[in-house]
Amino acid sequence: MHSIGYRANALLTFAVTILALMCAIVSLSDNLNSPSPAAQVQVLNINWFQKKPDGDDEVSLTLNISSNLQSLFTWNTKQVFVFVAAEYETSKNALNQVSLWDGIIPSKEHAKFWIHTTNKYRFVDQGSNLRGRDFNLTLHWHVMPKTGKMFADKIVMSGYRLPEAYR
Amino acid sequence: MDWQGQKLAEQLMQIMLVSSAVVAFISGYVLGSFQIMLLIYAAGVLLTSLITVPNWPFLNHHPLKWLDPSEAEKHPKPVSANTSSKKKAGKK
Repeated sequence: MHSIGYRANALLTFAVTILALMCAIVSLSDNLNSPSPAAQVQVLNINWFQKKPDGDDEVSLTLNISSNLQSLFTWNTKQVFVFVAAEYETSKNALNQVSLWDGIIPSKEHAKFWIHTTNKYRFVDQGSNLRGRDFNLTLHWHVMPKTGKMFADKIVMSGYRLPEAYR
Repeated sequence: MDWQGQKLAEQLMQIMLVSSAVVAFISGYVLGSFQIMLLIYAAGVLLTSLITVPNWPFLNHHPLKWLDPSEAEKHPKPVSANTSSKKKAGKK
């Protein structure tokens, strides 16, 4: 501690180390939060359902996605990334997951929402297996922190079915 | 800065930084604002650096008593002969 440079170095190093520890504790405090999210997705309409020239099935849906994810937000939440995926099984693949829509929720105020939209991303199968197919719609979310661990979870909604014939 | 001052500066620095961190964390948690926590901590670091880094007079209350030059001349350094210095080098 004999010179200004020495003391400044010691102070800065210690300050940054303490900052790292603070961030770790902030991230741990996120575990104290017990979220209670709610979501519902309705398929309002099957707009069209066709087999593409390359042989793969494709369907266009109009969805009503409503959700309350406000309990996910803590003081350490930067944003919540949310997406809706269609999940189904075929003889070719044990699990198919196709992302239909996603969004970013920047703050708690925006976390209670409903949106009426066609699928943002194309619902295409690997092959021609969608006729009469039962599928789940799963709402996934990733809680992105300001510092530390990211939490991800989902709500599975089942009971959806595609038509037996192309339209 | 004298020895006592250095010790005081080091202790002050550690205590002030840790207290800034504790105050910052509690304030941020209670107010639910990450930004407030960082701002309070940054202010604490700045305050600590202003108090402990510069060579303040209150950190020099026990100055080292260097020997007066006139007194030093009365007691010259012992002159070491070539052989004795070689022995010392060997011992190292």
